Amino acid sequence: MKTLSWLIGAVVVVGLIALIIFVEDEFPSYLGAGKGFVYRAIYILILASVLCLFRVAFGPTAADRIVATDIFGILVVGFCAVVSVATGRSWYIDVGIAWALQSFIGALALSKYLEGKAFDE
Amino acid sequence: MNSVFDMAGFGFILLGLFFDLVGCLGLVRLPDVYNRLQAATKCVTLGTCSILFGTFLVLGPTAAGLKCLLCIVFVILTAPVAAHAIARGGHRAGIRLWEKSVVDRYAEDKEGEA
Repeated sequence: MKTLSWLIGAVVVVGLIALIIFVEDEFPSYLGAGKGFVYRAIYILILASVLCLFRVAFGPTAADRIVATDIFGILVVGFCAVVSVATGRSWYIDVGIAWALQSFIGALALSKYLEGKAFDE
Repeated sequence: MNSVFDMAGFGFILLGLFFDLVGCLGLVRLPDVYNRLQAATKCVTLGTCSILFGTFLVLGPTAAGLKCLLCIVFVILTAPVAAHAIARGGHRAGIRLWEKSVVDRYAEDKEGEA
């Protein structure tokens, strides 16, 4: 049963990656070559974010959820960089810097809350 | 923009995508909080820094590209600190290790203190 569930998960992940890579789609081409590659990169980052949200939803302990939230925050920074390349708008990188700062402070506060101490100790 | 820098930047973005995906797969598959923290933090930090460096190579030395370099420095400085804080808080909150783990140095240190 465990092997079967492992096999189903592996087939789903590999199938999604193959679907992302090999699907033919109409991408806007106002920035020249490499646009299809950048849009597929966005789809792969969305797949990784969905894996993180799986761990947020089904994590057995509270520390699992905190770890997954921190990792999701770091993923969004790379997502903002790729979106900045894809659309040519440079303010997405400012959003990424701010998101990294908020994610770091949030992870520190949640870990102190998990430890069960006051913040000034 | 020069085409050689574009191709190098896309190569770095591809490397970063690989590391991000493998890190999130480890976050789902590994058995323990500490194992998941190990895999996910290392892989996703390296992958995101690689994506940001590739973005710097694509955009060139403009304002946005230099902000990418600033963001690389910030992520490298803050991600291990957050991971260490989460692991310490989890261990002090009493979350158990995997039953096949062989050593727990932090518990031995806490026994020595008490």
